[in-house]
Amino acid sequence: MSNAFTYPTRYDVIVIGAGHAGTEAALASARIGCQTLLLTTNLDTIGQMSCNPAIGGLAKGHLAREIDALGGEMGVNTDATGIQFRMLNTKKGPSVWAPRAQCDKKAYQFRLKWVVEKQPNLDVKQAMIDDLVVEGDKVCGVVTKMGVRYAAGAVIVTTGTFLRGLIHIGESKMEAGRAGEPAAYSLSDSLRRLGFELGRLKTGTPPRLNRRSIDFSKMDVQPGDEPVPFFSYRTPQTFHVEQLPCYLTYTTEKTREVIQANLHRSPMYSGQIQGVGPRYCPSIEDKFVKFAEKERHQIFLEPEGRGTDEFYVNGASTSLPEDVQILMIQSIVGLENAQIMRPAYAVEYDYSLPHQLHPTMETKRIENLYFAGQINGTSGYEEAGAQGLVAGINAALSAKGQQPLILTRADSYIGVLIDDLITKSTDEPYRMFTSRAEYRLLLRQDNADLRLTPLGRRVGLVSDEHWALFEQKRQSLDCEIDRLRKSRDGSFTYAEILRRPEITYNSLPIADRSLPGDVTQEVEIQLKYEGYIARDLEQIERFRKLEDKSLPGWLDYEKIAALRFESRQKLTRYRPDSIGQASRIPGVTPADIAILLVWIKRAGSVAA
Amino acid sequence: MDDTIAAISTPIGEGGIAIIRVSGPNALAIADRIFHSRRSRVSEFPSHTLHFGTIGRNGEMIDQVMLAVLRAPRTYTKEDTVEINCHGGVLTARKILALCLQSGARLAEPGEFTKRAFLNGRLDLTQAEAVMDLIRAKSDRAHTAAVHELEGHLSAKINQAREKLVTILAHIEAHIDFPEEDIAPETRETLVRDTEAVLGFVRSLLATAGEGKLLREGISVAIVGRPNVGKSSLMNALIGSDRSIVTSVPGTTRDTIEESASISGIPFRFTDTAGIRQTRGAAEKIGVERSRKALDISEIILIVLDSSKPLNAADREIVKRSEGRNTLLVLNKVDLPNRLRLPDGLANLECVKVSATIGTGLDILRDKLVSLAYSGKVGTTAVDVAINERHKASLEIAEKYLTECSVAFKSNQPLEVIAQQFRRSLDAIGEITGKTATEDILSKIFSTFCIGK
Repeated sequence: MSNAFTYPTRYDVIVIGAGHAGTEAALASARIGCQTLLLTTNLDTIGQMSCNPAIGGLAKGHLAREIDALGGEMGVNTDATGIQFRMLNTKKGPSVWAPRAQCDKKAYQFRLKWVVEKQPNLDVKQAMIDDLVVEGDKVCGVVTKMGVRYAAGAVIVTTGTFLRGLIHIGESKMEAGRAGEPAAYSLSDSLRRLGFELGRLKTGTPPRLNRRSIDFSKMDVQPGDEPVPFFSYRTPQTFHVEQLPCYLTYTTEKTREVIQANLHRSPMYSGQIQGVGPRYCPSIEDKFVKFAEKERHQIFLEPEGRGTDEFYVNGASTSLPEDVQILMIQSIVGLENAQIMRPAYAVEYDYSLPHQLHPTMETKRIENLYFAGQINGTSGYEEAGAQGLVAGINAALSAKGQQPLILTRADSYIGVLIDDLITKSTDEPYRMFTSRAEYRLLLRQDNADLRLTPLGRRVGLVSDEHWALFEQKRQSLDCEIDRLRKSRDGSFTYAEILRRPEITYNSLPIADRSLPGDVTQEVEIQLKYEGYIARDLEQIERFRKLEDKSLPGWLDYEKIAALRFESRQKLTRYRPDSIGQASRIPGVTPADIAILLVWIKRAGSVAA
Repeated sequence: MDDTIAAISTPIGEGGIAIIRVSGPNALAIADRIFHSRRSRVSEFPSHTLHFGTIGRNGEMIDQVMLAVLRAPRTYTKEDTVEINCHGGVLTARKILALCLQSGARLAEPGEFTKRAFLNGRLDLTQAEAVMDLIRAKSDRAHTAAVHELEGHLSAKINQAREKLVTILAHIEAHIDFPEEDIAPETRETLVRDTEAVLGFVRSLLATAGEGKLLREGISVAIVGRPNVGKSSLMNALIGSDRSIVTSVPGTTRDTIEESASISGIPFRFTDTAGIRQTRGAAEKIGVERSRKALDISEIILIVLDSSKPLNAADREIVKRSEGRNTLLVLNKVDLPNRLRLPDGLANLECVKVSATIGTGLDILRDKLVSLAYSGKVGTTAVDVAINERHKASLEIAEKYLTECSVAFKSNQPLEVIAQQFRRSLDAIGEITGKTATEDILSKIFSTFCIGK
């Protein structure tokens, strides 16, 4: 290593991995104004949608909207390359509406590659990283497999499923991070050597079929919504999309028979797979075993793009051997003659237990080293993108010597995501659900911009153009709400009238039809929800008080004899940044929190 | 520290006077509402003065008391403080405390006065260490109490209510979070019905809270012994009624039975346990298990031996289990010929000879119980009361939100709004059981419904 070539440019921030977390991190850092380097093992798979080429859905749609509101790329890229858009859950209240889009897999990837290539301050290079350069407790660069050393102020690791990735298809195994791409072994060892606690998880992806071999006449058609519910607050409604439909079909009795006869050949049931898989995304064999009483299961057929005939078989993820996969797929209604183009597979990979992170995504162990995305035990592009964005912003802010951006449970799903990871860690791939958010009525997909765009602006990520759009919307919103509060019909103001369930904004006699749809919708939602969220606002006040009480990193919990043994261990392991975080660590009791409060008060008076 | 706290600050049985301490910004206002004297109102009394008057509200007088007014900052907590000195009966002190709580004070947590004193800069650093130990020790005791409560009747019911709420909420969340899945969570109609069932359940728990509290107050005394040594007869003799079934068939008392009795003004709570012995019957086994538990949590243990029979292995096991506790050996059936010889190990235990059926020796036994209560060896039962108050307070919050849920269901409010109220009622109950909800709800969803496109 001593004769390694040192690259002449010193970067402020280096990002390892160019998936959904890596690209958000690199773009954010570069846009904030830091010299940034994005390294990937394969330039042709930047922003690859390794599983379903879809963005959004319940809670994930919220995350994608929040990424956009902060100035991230995911929403814009989805709108530009989407082939089907829907707003889910509109039968329920607006806080749980969720946008979902099917993307053109290749277009998504190519456009994102183009965006990072064009980005000022950002260099993109192809290289496999073998090691981190750490001096003392600080990271200061990376070394490639070819022996090139890059110096950096901060390093963000977003390696997804590549750390010691192991693919299973039936009885066969191969070392790979994704089908056809090599796994990263040295980096995993390097993290272990630095003292990080790593675990092992499992995830999977279903087979892909050729459109020509599918009989759609036997399936239900699912068209997209019109007008198109776009992801980005910045995409103009005039943008035209030719939407493609998805299809819904079902498994049959034969599917059950095939699976039951071959269960012993599934590596999950034979015990070959050690990693823990997600409960919310079970394999098809799991569904038949765990819900044996259910007659049939839904299967969605989703196009992977305009320029390809590949179809994604949503609901048929499996690790059965390829010969069984063929029988299983051909037992599904409409797929009797289907041709598998790529078989389904399961992948096991190393992840870093996420309680080792600060809410900035910086590791507690090594200064200036950040982890984001699937390496932290999450699943999903949106969860990854959100973490990448926060890591990129904070690495850049730290390089510029500015205060970090810390999102909380009270301001965003991103805050809920990060707080859950660092206070509860995870032992299964973590996915966002709306039920994880205590303040769900406040954290809506419609107001992500109102909640977060000012923060994005403050950190320097929201462009002037984006900010002007936002300001205009906020202004007309405020004016209109003010007008409805002041205008009256008899003894009621229009704001009060709008609160009645049967009244919509457009049914008001004084409705202003010149206002854009997103503004009138926001007026309606805000006024209708006003009563419900008053209590949430009170609770948030109380929540903030505990979040503001910080716990110094040097605190030696072992010395606080009054704490219970279990709490001392937990607190030493998790090293919470605040009393609020400490109170959410499983196993830490209210009495422990009382003791900590007394202790920091004492420590404060010693210092004084 | 912006609220006002109250607690009984003297242990029971340590003299003729009990002190109820109230501290916080509203201490004087609260005293105004409950203290009556011929002179002016408490809030007008000068600091550090003592006043005679009566405590009561709405025309009901509880006791004649001396009330001390201590204004901030020259008090222990550095907050406005009122100390009410009443006559030493446990019941009186409790009634006055209850009145303070009804009038706006909150029950102090263990060690909270000292904690406030510290946080207000009253104590030095060494004392601060002591505070933390105190919080720890008290919460451990509260925890032990909570554990027995949790396994006890009331909390089994609270857990039952929680379980039902988790199930309803899992169905609501399944509706909300998985609209694309081919699942069939319960309909709104069914969920309203279930909600009202839980609400009724919570209300019935609240209705019994008053009775439950009376039962739990007082010093707990477990009556233990192998089958047929006369435990039930002894209990009946002590409480003066025929509540336990008394026969000479071993194992008649299959469950633990609780009765309260006041002896020389001190409330005792006697638990008549099923005989502890090897058993095959399932129902009886539960009874025996409960007896063991009652034995573990009681403050005083009466070990009953049959003096007409020699000591056997079962007797020895019971004695062993009671080691290190406040124990009285009761040799029953002294009216029959004596065949019992106590080994040396037992000879130094305090021992009373009685005949529960004839009544010999019962007065001596009562005297011994009272002197044990006054000895200071017996812990105060304030912790028990605290937990009851907390149960009640939490259940009341849960009830409030559940009522709102039921109304919200009927007025067709959006599910996610109803879910929010549910979550709050679940959180309130979680305050008692110490459990948080999110993971439980998700687990319930994934185990009930086949989720996963």
